[in-house]
Amino acid sequence: MIQTQQLTKRFKDVLAVDRLTLEVRPGEVFGFLGPNGAGKTTTVRMLTSLIGPTSGSAVVNGFRVGEQDTEIRRSVGILTETPGMYDNLSAERNLRIFGELYEVRNVAEQVAKYLKLLGLYERRFDPVAEFSKGMKQKLAIARALLHEPKLIFLDEPTAGLDPEASRLVRDFIAELKAEGRTIFMCTHNLDEADRLCDRIGVFKSHLLVVDTPAKLRASLFGRKVVFHLRSTDAKMIQTVSKLPFVRGARAVENKLVVTLDDPEANNPEIIRTLVKAGADVQFVGELRHSLEDVYFQLVKGA
Amino acid sequence: MNKIKIILCKEWAEVFKHRMVLFTVVFLPLMMTALPLGILWGTGEVGSTDSLEGTIDSEMPEPLVAAMCPEGLSGADCFQVFMVSQFMMLFMLVPVAIPVTIAAYSIVGEKTTRSLEPLLATPITTLELLAGKCLAAVIPAVLATFGAFGLFALGSRLIVANPMLLTALLDARWLIAIFVVGPLLAIMAVTFSLMVSSRVSDPRVAEQVSMVIIVPVLGGFFGQMAGLFVLDRTLVTWVAVVMLALDLGLLFLAGRVFQRETILTRWK
Ligand SMILES: Nc1ncnc2c1ncn2[C@@H]1O[C@H](COP(=O)(O)OP(=O)(O)OP(=O)(O)O)[C@@H](O)[C@H]1O
Ligand SMILES: [Mg+2]
Repeated sequence: MIQTQQLTKRFKDVLAVDRLTLEVRPGEVFGFLGPNGAGKTTTVRMLTSLIGPTSGSAVVNGFRVGEQDTEIRRSVGILTETPGMYDNLSAERNLRIFGELYEVRNVAEQVAKYLKLLGLYERRFDPVAEFSKGMKQKLAIARALLHEPKLIFLDEPTAGLDPEASRLVRDFIAELKAEGRTIFMCTHNLDEADRLCDRIGVFKSHLLVVDTPAKLRASLFGRKVVFHLRSTDAKMIQTVSKLPFVRGARAVENKLVVTLDDPEANNPEIIRTLVKAGADVQFVGELRHSLEDVYFQLVKGA
Repeated sequence: MNKIKIILCKEWAEVFKHRMVLFTVVFLPLMMTALPLGILWGTGEVGSTDSLEGTIDSEMPEPLVAAMCPEGLSGADCFQVFMVSQFMMLFMLVPVAIPVTIAAYSIVGEKTTRSLEPLLATPITTLELLAGKCLAAVIPAVLATFGAFGLFALGSRLIVANPMLLTALLDARWLIAIFVVGPLLAIMAVTFSLMVSSRVSDPRVAEQVSMVIIVPVLGGFFGQMAGLFVLDRTLVTWVAVVMLALDLGLLFLAGRVFQRETILTRWK
């Protein structure tokens, strides 16, 4: 859906995006993470043909950035960082204008459909100036979808929303994914990225790493499995530590925390070993590093 | 073409919600029509006594008399033609002030609501967007100018009995001024205002700065008042030609200011 090659954008003395090479696959939700000023919005603007790259190239939806800009604009949907609605006009009028600009055939139907989906239908004739931030954001999401784009760019879709509205938006994104659309999403909400995204790119002027959230965690910290035992003793820890695939084991109160690469394959063996050593296994669970830990580890190093 | 129309309608829906815009588009032309009609009415009464004839003749500069007094008009009639011409000069403020006000609100408004980015993300071409914005300001200006002139023509027909005076009042100079110079002025005003508005963040400031463009119009008014030159048919035609050249130059410049990337990254 998106391929970039050494994509670079320099503003006078700021190198906002530095040789970004990236591929986003059809049907996936791609999370673009990075601190403020990392160049996320700049990247989105280049990929939606709003600003031209300084060097490098990109293909979006099969169209080349810089050559087939109108085709790109026609075929992608974008939620810009700020909603940018016409405050004096009604919600319905706002959407209708954009529907027409996107050359949507059945504008009225599409507008009604998305106003309903996002819970704004009752308020459709109110001027946008009277909308809350969250309502404006939802309206802007509706605007991005009117022409049913296969590829959607969302620049911080839940920024500034209350938990309920964020959840609604997240569920909505999940639905879009279920419909088979590709989503490129910038976000600062790591928990959201973790739950929604198939793959994540951590970015700070240049791309630090790209992978699935689970693999990112594993590669940085290994995976940890917690065995809750009725009681632990030093011998048990030693026996488990001797297993070839175990990278580390330590006891915390009556829990045994084991670090390994492939818990699915190795857990049964560990349990057998523990039982033979006389342990009563009560629970087994994975200790998850939050994506936040991963993020800080990466960004701190950059 | 269709997209230009969408922009046009959107601009009008949005911009006419501002009282300042509505005021400029409705009251300014009415005022500018009422003034010369009032003069006609007032001086008409005086002129009918015929006692002022001698003084008026000697007060009016020679070239003016030549330009504005066709054979067969009395001195008082000439005076009326002269006075009305002065105010018709001011009338040219209409096609300047209206586009400046509309453009100021439309561009700066777009900047403050940050709606330019989503707009530029649609498949509209920059030229269509520019054309839509310009026309949104130029069309009301031209219509208001024509409408006001129509009102003036109608009004003066009712006030003035002498058909010769009427033809002298509504002569070719004014037809060129209204139908050629007016629209050209409007285009000049809107492109100028577009460039000013791209650099400021308050519509009132944009309006005030852009209003600099009325200086040449006022210059013409006072210049003729002071007898520096006479706006006869030749001069008006020349003005039209020069305006056309200026417009083309300004439109070219506006096209360069109005680039997608420039709008997004430099219009703050
Ligand atoms: N128009 C511009 N002119 C000059 N510099 C710019 C411009 N736009 C962005 N930059 C710079 O480029 C860098 C990246 O900005 P960008 O907005 O892409 O960051 P971001 O990752 O979206 O940040 P945030 O998380 O705060 O939204 C910043 O240093 C910013 O100052
Ligand atoms: Mg950003």
